[in-house]
Amino acid sequence: MDEITEGTSQVDCDILVIGGGTAGPMAAYRAKKKNPNAKVILLEKANVKRSGAISMGMDGLNNAVIPGHSTPEQYVKEITVANDGIVDQAAVYKYAQNCYEIIQELDGFGIRFQKDENGDFDVKKVHHIGTYVLPMPNGDTVKKALYRQLKRARLLISNRYMATRLLTGKDGRIAGAIAVNTRNAEFLVVRAKAVILCMGAAGRLGLPTSGYLFGTYENAANSGDGYAMAYHAGAGLANLECFQINPLIKDYNGPACAYVAGPFGGYTANNEGMRFIECDYWSGQMMQEFYNELQSGKGPVFLKLNHLADETIGEIETILHEVERPTRGRFQVNRNNDYRHGMIEMHISEIGFCSGHSASGVYVDDNACTTVQGLYAAGDMASVPHNYMLGAFTNGAVAGEHAIDYVNEVDFADIDEDFIAAEKERVLAPTKRDDGIPPNQVEYKTRRLVNDYLQPPKVTRKMQLAQDRFAETRAVMENEMVARNAHELMRSLEVSSILDCADMAAFASLFRTESRWGLYHNRADFPERDNENWFCHSILSKDDAGQMTIKKKDVDPYIIPIEDEEKDAYDKQRIKAQA
Amino acid sequence: MPLAQQPSSVPVVVDEGKCIADKGCTVCVDVCPLDVLRISDATGKAFMKYDECWYCMPCEADCPTGAVTVNIPFLLR
Ligand SMILES: Cc1cc2nc3c(=O)[nH]c(=O)nc-3n(C[C@H](O)[C@H](O)[C@H](O)COP(=O)(O)OP(=O)(O)OC[C@H]3O[C@@H](n4cnc5c(N)ncnc54)[C@H](O)[C@@H]3O)c2cc1C
Ligand code: SF4
Ligand code: SF4
Repeated sequence: MDEITEGTSQVDCDILVIGGGTAGPMAAYRAKKKNPNAKVILLEKANVKRSGAISMGMDGLNNAVIPGHSTPEQYVKEITVANDGIVDQAAVYKYAQNCYEIIQELDGFGIRFQKDENGDFDVKKVHHIGTYVLPMPNGDTVKKALYRQLKRARLLISNRYMATRLLTGKDGRIAGAIAVNTRNAEFLVVRAKAVILCMGAAGRLGLPTSGYLFGTYENAANSGDGYAMAYHAGAGLANLECFQINPLIKDYNGPACAYVAGPFGGYTANNEGMRFIECDYWSGQMMQEFYNELQSGKGPVFLKLNHLADETIGEIETILHEVERPTRGRFQVNRNNDYRHGMIEMHISEIGFCSGHSASGVYVDDNACTTVQGLYAAGDMASVPHNYMLGAFTNGAVAGEHAIDYVNEVDFADIDEDFIAAEKERVLAPTKRDDGIPPNQVEYKTRRLVNDYLQPPKVTRKMQLAQDRFAETRAVMENEMVARNAHELMRSLEVSSILDCADMAAFASLFRTESRWGLYHNRADFPERDNENWFCHSILSKDDAGQMTIKKKDVDPYIIPIEDEEKDAYDKQRIKAQA
Repeated sequence: MPLAQQPSSVPVVVDEGKCIADKGCTVCVDVCPLDVLRISDATGKAFMKYDECWYCMPCEADCPTGAVTVNIPFLLR
């Protein structure tokens, strides 16, 4: 395994879904269910059985809109306010209206959700306004249950293929994608009438404080390939300056997690054991207060559980140590941490792009359509804010069901053989050298620079310096990077996505000359929010000359109006007595 | 510039007495999201070839003989 064998095969299909984590399987499944005669291919860099953020399972649904507990209108309001108003509500509203049906479908797959003694869903309050958090007592089964359905639907699955570039026709429509096998470097050219991108967050952008390249919050296979591919295909990307930064266990890359512990009475505390934030929901404003406390004399920050009853702690421990990130327990044992005694030290994660938790993604409308005809995106990499797992499932379904109708109306776009030849040359270049810089070093340097220069608080001059350093690193990547086998080739291709994302992060952050979304876009030299000039999206794209460009886009008129007194509900995160 | 080999202690350990890769099992290699496990030509057993682990645990959870142990990488222990 891993030897480089050159070769290319080609397949045609109606819909190509790229990324078999969370959104991807649901997109493929729903498309196939709506038209069983259609040819749908699910392409995955890893193995669909165990790939993506939900590889081992999930602790719960963070954003379930369940009748009797909350309404779609209330949810749209909450997300609009939590995201400082920069939201096209149609997509969020559609999610909120459809997600209950998806919960029922998942329930039918055998994934159990917590119910109370009356048999009702046992939804918990974590957000500022509404009640949306639904625990999953057997959350460890989610991926297996999903995989079983894919097999039953006889979907075509191609594992261990990493997509590298999208193909577009002369008319600008989507024409397919190129992928490379991660174990033998063989190419696969897929012609498709529609492509759905579900490649997750750009999780390997910042460097975790541990220095371990793969110790990222996001599944480390999510290196931002989807963002890079959408960019190179000419799609618009929204609000990339709204970084993802999450509160995590210090050194360990999992959440502690206040969503789990909060409803049981656990909370985020400073070194005095005092609460300092009103609401543990992960908003930019909350992260700003978290950061402020970390930097202050009352830092660092902790998750406090030791005031809870023994059996309550036991219950939290079981969820945290067995479901989503089971090595969490091993980490705590190594550190001799017992939730019953000390508090758990917390820190902030490296930066990334992710709409699952934040709002940085490939721009999509309420049908999951990007700005390229026939190209869809769903999940963490699509611009619907604060999507989380249920958003990935729901919007994946939206994408699949829309695309399956769309492909009835179109034929294949022509594919450009010259482009394919050039892409093969680009991909294989590192394998043609027998001396040079290995991908892990190019990656380490890029991500170290991201931390040094792009991590908020953002400073104009620092971000410009970052652009210079990235350009130097890019020259090395293009001319000197060496890959000795197919595995290293995959890593070298990931580096190229990471560098593209780093460039986009700097470019988008420099564009928005105000501060917004709390810590996510805290610009030290533009500290105020400027609604007059910046109450808008930023849309980054590649222009016809191949240069990066960015423009403002109006926020669509609200469907659910927000009253003036509701607008700043998320601004007042700091507990008053402390301020 | 020539490349050097840098030693690093890898987090995933396979109990060779329990591993049945020599009987055709490749489960852990198949499921790993980061694709860092391989079957050794020398021993016929699974091992961690690349120090690029997300310590997510499918390898351990899915191994039919319980041969795999996922430890926390030293850097963040
Ligand atoms: C540690 C952690 C805990 C979380 N906890 C919760 C929670 O408790 N509740 C909740 O609601 N949400 C939670 N989330 C968020 C939720 O899991 C994600 O929002 C959701 O799963 C994202 O789905 P996705 O399909 O966009 O990405 P993923 O599920 O990550 O799938 C992306 C897939 O794309 C593949 N891929 C990447 N690049 C390529 C390429 N070039 N070619 C082919 N394939 C590629 C990857 O291998 C991966 O399988 C958590 C996330 C993490 C990381
Ligand atoms: S899954 Fe277990 S038995 Fe199979 S190859 Fe891996 S370690 Fe060996
Ligand atoms: S813990 Fe996860 S990343 Fe590490 S070897 Fe096992 S499956 Fe692969």
